[in-house]
Amino acid sequence: MTYIPISPMERDAMLKTIGVKTIDELFKDVPAKHRFPELKLPAAVTEMEAAADMDDLALGNESLRDLVSFLGAGAYNHYIPAVVDHILRRGEFYTAYTPYQPEIAQGTLQAIFEYQSLITALTGMEVSNASHYDGATAVAEAVNLAYAQFRGKRNRVVISPAVHPQYRAVVRTYTQGMGIELAGDDARADLEAGPEALGALVDDNTALVIIQYPDFFGRIHDPAALIEQAHARGALVCVAANPTALALLKTPGELGADIVVGEGQPLGIPLSYGGPYLGFFATRRQYVHKMAGRLVGETEDNRGQRAYVLTLTAREQHIKRDRATSNICTNQGLMALASAVYLAVVGRSGLRQVAELCFHKAHYAAETLGKLPGFSLCFSAPFFHEFSLCCPKPVQEINRHLLEHGILGGYDLGQDYPALKDHMLLAVTEMNTKDDIDALAGVLAEVCHG
Amino acid sequence: MAKIIEPTLFELSSPGRTGVTFPQSDVPPASLPENLLRGILPLPELAEVDVVRHYMRLSGFNYSVDAGFYPLGSCTMKYNPKINEDTARLPGFAATHPLQPIETVQGNLVMMYTLQEWLKEIAGFAAVSLQPAAGAHGELTGVLMMRAYHHSRGDAKRKKMLIPDSAHGTNPASSGMIGLDIVQIPSDARGNVDLASLRSACDDSVVGLMLTNPNTLGLFDEHVEEVIRIVHECGGLVYGDGANLNALLGIVRPGDLGIDLMHFNLHKTFSTPHGGGGPGSGPVGAAAHLVDFLPAPIVGIVEEGTSETPPLYGFIDPAHSIGRVKAFHGHVGMIVRAFTYIAMHGADGLRQIAEYAVLNANYLLARLRATFPVPYDRICMHEFVAEGRLAGTDIRALDIAKRLMDYDFHPPTNYFPLIVHEALMIEPTETENKATLDAFAEALIKIAAEARTEPQLLHEAPHKTPFGRMDDVKAARELVLCCWLPPQDGK
Amino acid sequence: MNIPANLKYSKSDEWYDPASGKIGLTDYAQSQLSDIVFVEVLVSAGDALETGKTLASVESVKAAAETYAPVKGKVVAVNEALSGTPEVLNSDPYGAGWMVQVAEADASGMLDAESYSHYCQEREH
Repeated sequence: MTYIPISPMERDAMLKTIGVKTIDELFKDVPAKHRFPELKLPAAVTEMEAAADMDDLALGNESLRDLVSFLGAGAYNHYIPAVVDHILRRGEFYTAYTPYQPEIAQGTLQAIFEYQSLITALTGMEVSNASHYDGATAVAEAVNLAYAQFRGKRNRVVISPAVHPQYRAVVRTYTQGMGIELAGDDARADLEAGPEALGALVDDNTALVIIQYPDFFGRIHDPAALIEQAHARGALVCVAANPTALALLKTPGELGADIVVGEGQPLGIPLSYGGPYLGFFATRRQYVHKMAGRLVGETEDNRGQRAYVLTLTAREQHIKRDRATSNICTNQGLMALASAVYLAVVGRSGLRQVAELCFHKAHYAAETLGKLPGFSLCFSAPFFHEFSLCCPKPVQEINRHLLEHGILGGYDLGQDYPALKDHMLLAVTEMNTKDDIDALAGVLAEVCHG
Repeated sequence: MAKIIEPTLFELSSPGRTGVTFPQSDVPPASLPENLLRGILPLPELAEVDVVRHYMRLSGFNYSVDAGFYPLGSCTMKYNPKINEDTARLPGFAATHPLQPIETVQGNLVMMYTLQEWLKEIAGFAAVSLQPAAGAHGELTGVLMMRAYHHSRGDAKRKKMLIPDSAHGTNPASSGMIGLDIVQIPSDARGNVDLASLRSACDDSVVGLMLTNPNTLGLFDEHVEEVIRIVHECGGLVYGDGANLNALLGIVRPGDLGIDLMHFNLHKTFSTPHGGGGPGSGPVGAAAHLVDFLPAPIVGIVEEGTSETPPLYGFIDPAHSIGRVKAFHGHVGMIVRAFTYIAMHGADGLRQIAEYAVLNANYLLARLRATFPVPYDRICMHEFVAEGRLAGTDIRALDIAKRLMDYDFHPPTNYFPLIVHEALMIEPTETENKATLDAFAEALIKIAAEARTEPQLLHEAPHKTPFGRMDDVKAARELVLCCWLPPQDGK
Repeated sequence: MNIPANLKYSKSDEWYDPASGKIGLTDYAQSQLSDIVFVEVLVSAGDALETGKTLASVESVKAAAETYAPVKGKVVAVNEALSGTPEVLNSDPYGAGWMVQVAEADASGMLDAESYSHYCQEREH
């Protein structure tokens, strides 16, 4: 079936107005030998059939509705209040485009302005853009900002090995051929070391230092000393932060960060097998002209009403073309809206409650699992809602066993860090009950004995 | 003081209100690391009803495809089928974690593999990666692949990217971002790539050409095969910007024309919603010689099936991959929607999409060419570009665009492409009926008459929208980019 | 259009004052760009300047442009106040809107006020 609302009679009348006899005549510029190929695709189905087929495909997955999950590593299972999706389903929001015509797009514009405000409140920064594709690409855009800020004269970027392995991979992809030297991007580095260890890598040629907070292993380090060291060399510092943790922790802004980015998925966005998510990006006011992405600013219309527009657009690719900091065009509009609705409805007390529940439950889990014979906690630093567990057997084997009990185990750190063979990264959120954690402990104990 | 039409979330906040509460903790409390804790968390405090009413009022200020005709050229603002919204939210898709063992997500992987296969078939490529998050992201992926391809052949001297003057800004921005030099290629009098200029720009320093075909004038290049041959002869590659693929579904496969690699825009061609500016989805297809450079990973069969068991789908890293371009596997939520859409269309349905998109554009062109100048006037594809100026008036494209809002239409794209003065770029898409197209044409004809009789009406438009023209200078000069809680609420 | 007679001009719309050594953006250029909201001078005192080298990057509400060195010479001063007050490029292009000051300049090939005025008029059509 199609969604074309034109009857054969109307079509013929339109062809007559155009002055051709058939639709095929409209395609005479297309080389004849390649025109009208036979596409080998399955026969079209009706909506009723499609709904059933998609149901079947979806049932081919074991979802977190069926499994108890302790998997995190950059994507987190949080409760999403019902109101979030009800707002997202408004056609006025999801079937609109980028607000190029502000007179008829104030809904989107004000929502983005509020999103920017919420992100600055959470991160302790001065400005936020309208978002990037995800946490990983937001980190890569931080490199672009720093590179542009120093006009290409500083070519070194220091990145902590405790930054998400996939984020580091994306930075490597984005910077290939730019003549940027990545330092610290070494999975064999001493992982016990705190952020200060990176200080030795920062030199006068360093444009940016990138750390994660809490880091990929869930640890909370105070980065203030490193930030001071980096600033002394004139480098900028980017902190990739978990937004839920920021309800509890000192803001990166307070700690002196120049750029704060992160994965916004925990803020009301479904896991959706990895996307679409939300890359948030905040910085200091002095860097706003080098920041990529859409930006909404407050103004007035010609009727004296407060209103919002896309502003500083001359920074962007459609005007600056090859001289723009980034090629980014759209943002993650609807995902930014989801996070804003989430933050609005959970609010000050709700977000703090979520963060505390994550903290307490993760600590209960760590304490319980760390005491199991054969298991131990890998790091001693304070942590938020994720921790590394040293296991007596390969993580894959343990996870297979857990799955038989309906439990989705943690992330196998050995696949990224050779020194962390048989180490599992476990995430605990408000979605996990004490019973879930005890059940996990029970199965793990069994695995150890078996 | 400007009049406040809708307060911000922060202005609506009232201390002590809450929208959601969570269950009490069922574990013993751990001690929080006091030295690492923040002070006040300055988020708003609202009840659920406050939040719903706020966003409902905001939604009322938006124009949308669900509300009316949105002929925004180059954006393919087609109707977004509702079933897609339902399928993407099935818990089996929406509640799966990206790092689950592949054995537990075969539904996702089969779907992704199948969509890769379908996109290959639709556009004539040897492989597809679903990872890029948007069109511009697909372009970045593409230019990185082009350079990696040349380097793999020991050819590191190629630094020039050729880009027609009608191209989207993202083309030069994507190439500039990875340090390539841009050479702009002019268009000829019929809106094609100028062959003589192209020939003289082609040498052994060329990485390739970024070609949008049909181009942003809505025209199918009359010498497309010649253009591609010239670039290939100097050792360059041809990147296809798939922004305008809607015109080509079932009409011609870019891969068959010799395009080496291309991004798809699932949010244009395959009906995933634009979301107020994202999320998009920009898979990249590659011909055989570029398959090994695709971003890692792509979905493949990791264990062949037998007569009893289905094959096992998983992830495969292409041999010389440029690497990862984002975390995880792409915008899967968008992939589910596009999959649903293609499944419901089949080959014939896809061809009809292109046919009616092109029919609608040519119909509007036929109805409007007597009123507005059309600088490259020939049979168009899915869109066309008129000039928003009228002899004997000082009316500009901007005035026409704003006045259209009073007739309850979204304006076309204006001031793009850059090679047309006062451009009005009109893309009706296939999902509009004749009555809508007629009403739109009549509104534009009426506006042209108003331009002569009551030009003020246009200069001051819009009049009937909830907001009037904006002070862009104030926004940029004062640069108020966020708001915070009012002072009476703590600090 | 204000085109002071004592200055020299380039076809990329920069002015050069042989008396003071200062360089800036012409009145014609600022009016084409309209409201300028950002300027970044890309050279520093002490830099050697080659004709045609990018001197500054300018953004207005609707456009972006680059300023090129109209002369060869040595940069002796940069207008540091400009980044905080980009609007003076609109209001006072030949005064407070100066961008850099050069010494030992070679201004050969630049247009005089009359030729530049003709050049601007040509482009109006």
